[in-house]
Amino acid sequence: MFDQLARSFLLTEIVKGFSLTLKYMFFMPRVTINYPHEKGPISPRFRGEHALRRYPNGEERCIACKLCEAICPALAITIEAEPREDGSRRTTRYDIDMTKCIYCGLCQEACPVDAIVEGPNFEFATETREELYYNKDKLLANGDRWEAQIASNLAVDAPYR
Amino acid sequence: MAELWQTYGIWTATTLAYTLLVVVGLLLAVAYLTYAERKVMGAMQRRQGPMTVGPFGLLQPIADGLKLFSKETIIPSGANRPVFLAAPMVLFSLALVAWVVIPFDKDWVLANINVGILYLFAISSMGVYGVIMAGWASNSRYAFLGALRSASQMVSYEVSMGLIIVCVILCSGSLNLQEIVLAPRPLWMQILLFPMFIVFLISILAETNRAPFDLPEGESEITGGFMVEYSAMAFALFFLGEYANMILMSAIATTLFLGGWLPPFGLSFLAFVPGIIWFALKVCSVLFFFIWARATLPRFRYDQLMRLGWKIFLPLTLFWVILTAGVLIVFDALPG
Repeated sequence: MFDQLARSFLLTEIVKGFSLTLKYMFFMPRVTINYPHEKGPISPRFRGEHALRRYPNGEERCIACKLCEAICPALAITIEAEPREDGSRRTTRYDIDMTKCIYCGLCQEACPVDAIVEGPNFEFATETREELYYNKDKLLANGDRWEAQIASNLAVDAPYR
Repeated sequence: MAELWQTYGIWTATTLAYTLLVVVGLLLAVAYLTYAERKVMGAMQRRQGPMTVGPFGLLQPIADGLKLFSKETIIPSGANRPVFLAAPMVLFSLALVAWVVIPFDKDWVLANINVGILYLFAISSMGVYGVIMAGWASNSRYAFLGALRSASQMVSYEVSMGLIIVCVILCSGSLNLQEIVLAPRPLWMQILLFPMFIVFLISILAETNRAPFDLPEGESEITGGFMVEYSAMAFALFFLGEYANMILMSAIATTLFLGGWLPPFGLSFLAFVPGIIWFALKVCSVLFFFIWARATLPRFRYDQLMRLGWKIFLPLTLFWVILTAGVLIVFDALPG
C-alpha cells in the first residue's frame, strides 16, 4: 500500500519511460534511411520490373514458347508469334500489363532460355496507367539497360536454381 | 507638435517596435519549435525526421507555412461563420498578448505591471473561449466533443495551477514577474518548491492540450477534436496558437521556478552571458520536456485525467500551499 503510493507519487514508472526515450534519442542508431539519396540492399532474387534479355550477339532469347503466358496467374502476359524470314520462331507481340502483374516470378521460372526475367529495378512508377502496359520494345529496352546487373544476379543465384 | 511627439510619439514608436520584435521572434520560434519537435521525436523513435527541404530539413517549417497559406479555407455550410472565423483569431491573439508581461531580461519587458502574474493567469484562462467557440461554431459532433473535453480539462487544471502560483507568490512576496525572478530563493525554499515545479510541468501539459493530455484533439477517438473542421490559414492559426501557448507556458515556468534570465543554479560567475540567452535556454529546456513527454507517454483516458486533476493535484497543491505558508511563518521567512 505504502510502497505503491510512494511509487506513484515519485513517478518512478514515468521517469523510467522518460529515461528510455532519452536513451533511444542519444544511444540508438537510426533504423531509417534517407530513401531517394540512399537505398537499402536488395537480394539477387529480387523480383522487380520485367526485362526481355538478348544473347551476347544481339539475338533475342525469347523463342515464343508461351510458357510464361501459360503460367502467369494474373493473365498479365500476352504473346503472339510467327516464324521469322530465316525460319526461327519469334514473337511478334510480347505485352505485359504491369497493372495486372503480381510480381510472383513464375514467368522467369518457367522460361527455358532465361529470356523473361524480373530485374532489380523497382522505381518505375508512371503518371498514367497506359505507360504501364509494356510492349516488346519496352521490355527489350529494359533488358538492354539492366543486362549487366541481371546477368550478375543470375550468376550469383545459379547454384541454388 | 514637437512637444506631442516628445511626450507620446517616441514612446508609441518604441513600444510598437518592441511589439513587432516580440511577435516576429515568437512566430519564428513557433516555426522552429515544430521542426525541433519533429526532429526530436524522430530521434526518439529512431527515425531521421525531416531531411529533404534545405540542409537537414531546416527549411521545412517555411515550406509547411507556404503550403498552409496557399490552401483553400473551407467553411462548413452548417457552421456559424463569424464565430467559426473568430475562434482561431481569439486563440492566436491570446497566445500573443500574454507576452507583454514576460521579462526577457532585466527591464526587458513591454509592460512591467504590478499584477503581472494575475494578468498571465487571466489570459491563459481565456484560451478556453477560443476552443469552445471553435467547437460550437463548427456544428460538428467531433468538434463539439473536443471542445467540451478541452473546456473541462483546462478549467480543472487551472485550479491546481492557481494554487501552485500561490505557493510561488508566498515565497517571493510579489505579483510582479520581475520581482518574482529577483526574489532571493535559498536552497530550502527551492526544495520546498520543487514538487510544485513538477506538478506545474504536468499541469501546463494539460493546459496547452499536449500529449499525454491531448484529449481535445484525440486523433484516434475524435479525429481532430475542436479543429476537425478547420483548414488552411484558420488551421494554421490554431497550430500557431497551440505552439505559441507552449512557448508561453514554458516562459512562465521559467519565470516562476527556473529563475528567469538569471544564470542557472545561482552560478553568478556566469552572469557575463546576456540574460536573454539564459532565458531562451531555460525556455528551450522546458519545451524539450514537452516534446519528450509527447514521445514517451501514451494518452490518458478521460476519467484518469479528471481523477488526476481533481483528486490528486488539487488536494496535493492545497496541502502544499498550507505547508509553504506554515514553513514561512514558523521560520519567520515571510518576504515583504
